[in-house]
Amino acid sequence: MHSFGYRANALLTFAVTILAFICAIASFSDNFSNQTPSAQIQILNINWFQKQPHGNDEVSLTLNVTADLQSLFTWNTKQVFAFVAAEYETSKNALNQVSLWDAIIPEKEHAKFWIQISNKYRFIDQGHNLRGKDFNLTLHWHVMPKTGKMFADKIVMSGYRLPNAYR
Amino acid sequence: MDWQGQKLAEQLMQILLLIAAVVAFVVGYATESFRTMMLIYAGGVVLTTLITIPNWPCFNRHPLKWLDPSEAEKYPKPEVVAVSSKKKSSKK
Repeated sequence: MHSFGYRANALLTFAVTILAFICAIASFSDNFSNQTPSAQIQILNINWFQKQPHGNDEVSLTLNVTADLQSLFTWNTKQVFAFVAAEYETSKNALNQVSLWDAIIPEKEHAKFWIQISNKYRFIDQGHNLRGKDFNLTLHWHVMPKTGKMFADKIVMSGYRLPNAYR
Repeated sequence: MDWQGQKLAEQLMQILLLIAAVVAFVVGYATESFRTMMLIYAGGVVLTTLITIPNWPCFNRHPLKWLDPSEAEKYPKPEVVAVSSKKKSSKK
């Protein structure tokens, strides 16, 4: 502590260490937030359902996604990444997950939304198992913090079924 | 700064930074604003810098008593030993 440089170094190091502690505590405080998200997905229309030249099934859907993810936002949230995945079982794979749509929600105000779109990413199967297939549509979300741990969770909506024949 | 002043400066620095951190976190959490927390903490760091780094007179209340020059002349510094003694020790 005998010179400016010595004191400045000690101060800066201590300040940065304490900053790390503050950020850790801020991230920990996210555990205490009460989160009650809700979502609904409707399949409005199956646009087409074909077998590709390579032998894989492909289907194009129009979805109506309604969700309220506002309660996921805390003071330590930078953005929420949400995506819709179709999940189903085949004889080859115990679980197939195909991502159909995703969005980045930067602010709480944008987290309550209603959107009607055809699938952003192609719904292609590994094989030709999709005829008459029952599947779940799951809305996954990742809450990305400003500092600290990222939380991820999902809502599973079941009861969807693809037609028995190609269209 | 003298020794007492240095100790005081170090203690002040640690305490001020801790207080700034606690105040920043509490206000930020209450207002749900991460930005507020960072701004208050940055302000606290700047304030601590202004208080503890410069050589304020309050840190020099117990100045060191250096030896008087006339006293130093009474006790001359010891002389350097001759080089020849080193050769004897290396032969062993």
